[in-house]
Amino acid sequence: MPQTLAPPAPTPGPAPARGTSPDPELRTLAERHGLTVSGARPSLPEYTRQLWHRRHFITSFASAKLTAMYTTAKLGQLWQVLTPLLNAAVYYLIFGVLIGTKRGVPDYVPFLVTGVFVFTFLQNSVMAGTRAISGNLGLVRALHFPRACLPISFCLAQLQQLLYSMGVLAVILLCFGQVPTWSWLLVVPALTLQFVFNTGLAMVMARLGAKTPDLAQLMPFIMRTWMYASGVMFSISVILQGKHLPQFVVVLLNGNPAAVYIDLMRFALIDSFTAKQLPPHVWAFAAGWALLAGVVGFVYFWKAEERYGRG
Amino acid sequence: MAEQTNGTDVTERGTGTAPAETPGARVPTVIADDLHIVYRVYGTGAGKGSATAALNRIVRRKPSTGVREVHAVKGVSFTAYRGESIGLIGSNGSGKSTLLKAVAGLLPAERGKVYTHGQPSLLGVNAALMNDLTGEKNVLLGGLAMGMSREQVRERYDGIVDFSGINEKGDFISLPMRTYSSGMAARLRFSIAAAKDHDVLMIDEALATGDRSFQKRSEARIRELRKEAGTVFLVSHNNKSIRDTCDRTLWLEHGELLMDGPTDEVIKAYEAHR
Repeated sequence: MPQTLAPPAPTPGPAPARGTSPDPELRTLAERHGLTVSGARPSLPEYTRQLWHRRHFITSFASAKLTAMYTTAKLGQLWQVLTPLLNAAVYYLIFGVLIGTKRGVPDYVPFLVTGVFVFTFLQNSVMAGTRAISGNLGLVRALHFPRACLPISFCLAQLQQLLYSMGVLAVILLCFGQVPTWSWLLVVPALTLQFVFNTGLAMVMARLGAKTPDLAQLMPFIMRTWMYASGVMFSISVILQGKHLPQFVVVLLNGNPAAVYIDLMRFALIDSFTAKQLPPHVWAFAAGWALLAGVVGFVYFWKAEERYGRG
Repeated sequence: MAEQTNGTDVTERGTGTAPAETPGARVPTVIADDLHIVYRVYGTGAGKGSATAALNRIVRRKPSTGVREVHAVKGVSFTAYRGESIGLIGSNGSGKSTLLKAVAGLLPAERGKVYTHGQPSLLGVNAALMNDLTGEKNVLLGGLAMGMSREQVRERYDGIVDFSGINEKGDFISLPMRTYSSGMAARLRFSIAAAKDHDVLMIDEALATGDRSFQKRSEARIRELRKEAGTVFLVSHNNKSIRDTCDRTLWLEHGELLMDGPTDEVIKAYEAHR
């Protein structure tokens, strides 16, 4: 939605040469007829309203992207389930069988697979966010819509993908003797919070990636480092036991949003992962990170709205 | 540089007309005020493109020569009024399409401003469509991407499919778009794009798609759209289609507005120039 005009700029010298400087007459003409600046950034409430208006586009675009991904494969949409399953199998082979990093974690396979799936959700959302604008310049330069549609839509596609993974995870859990309990319902708030966090982070990355496309090359390394620090393959609480690490390291390890969301999911799904293993104030951390990333990401992304599409 | 004939002296007309309320007064719909557009292109390989050369540049803190700036539109000013249809001509790479994108608010201006009435739209949804999806899903996706509601798309769905003529040779709409011939795909794209009504409509050489009968149909549809739209811009290399559709023409060359006036005059000068 267009913005109202700013007050006229101070008039340059008399009778400016045409085509060399802005013409005050044109500005007055535009103002008199209520014309608005094309491509100007709308106000934040207006932007939110536009985004809500485009919600069907966001969801359709997300599911279209996901469907389009596997249409050329013979097994088709079955890959949505096979991919996470194979992923889990590889991680089990390496960390469960070959290296044997069980390190005093009971129910290691469910523990590992939950961690892998939850982190993959974060990783893919961030990666998709980084390329949301820079990889879709054609779309950005052809059609008019609030650009935040793109990162949100990509994160939604990742959420949808994760739901397939969760189905696989449920089967794995049953196979390893976990019985569904009421605590499984905690998956819903945990996932909701993580989705908000992921989307906020994706929006930050989308703006950075639009300005510096090189980030798409750099991000896999950052994400991998983050993964090893987040207790995907090991239990942070087990590692911390009996060691006297500086307080800030402990806070950093426990407050790490990726670790927080992974631990919440394990707590919800795995019986042997009890509240004792959760870091203190874990739900507050989960909600706080989601709120922080969501609000900061959205505002940060909106601030550059009119500049996407260049470069 | 050619002599600048000013068929429509914008400033004078702007100040001379009565306010918008008076019937018959000319109401501006698009005003471009000293518009500059600069593209930045990365990795053009200006200078040595090897990794060591790049590293050398970073170490010596020289500005990267891999970035090149293309000044595509240089200080263009014009005013378009309601009911006008305006042609844009000029050789390849003269900045016509860039100008349209800037008017649509899709490319940010480096300097200057574009004022518009409502939201101008480019005719075209190609970028939103996905080749791996069925025609059906693409109609929905394209419609939504253009800002139509789900209900609006559903209402117009049959019209879009019939107009495209995709189903004339069997049930093609339920097949992925990558199985279409290029002509069929172009027809579907045009049909989706033309399904929406626009305030200010911009057409970028869209007339040359499909076979003869489809071209006729699409020309008729564009005339319809013109009637509904406030102002139409048409970019084309076909001087005949500009003569047929436009009463005013802008001639761009090297990103500068060379001439702005009645179509006949401008095209005559353009043809003489070549």
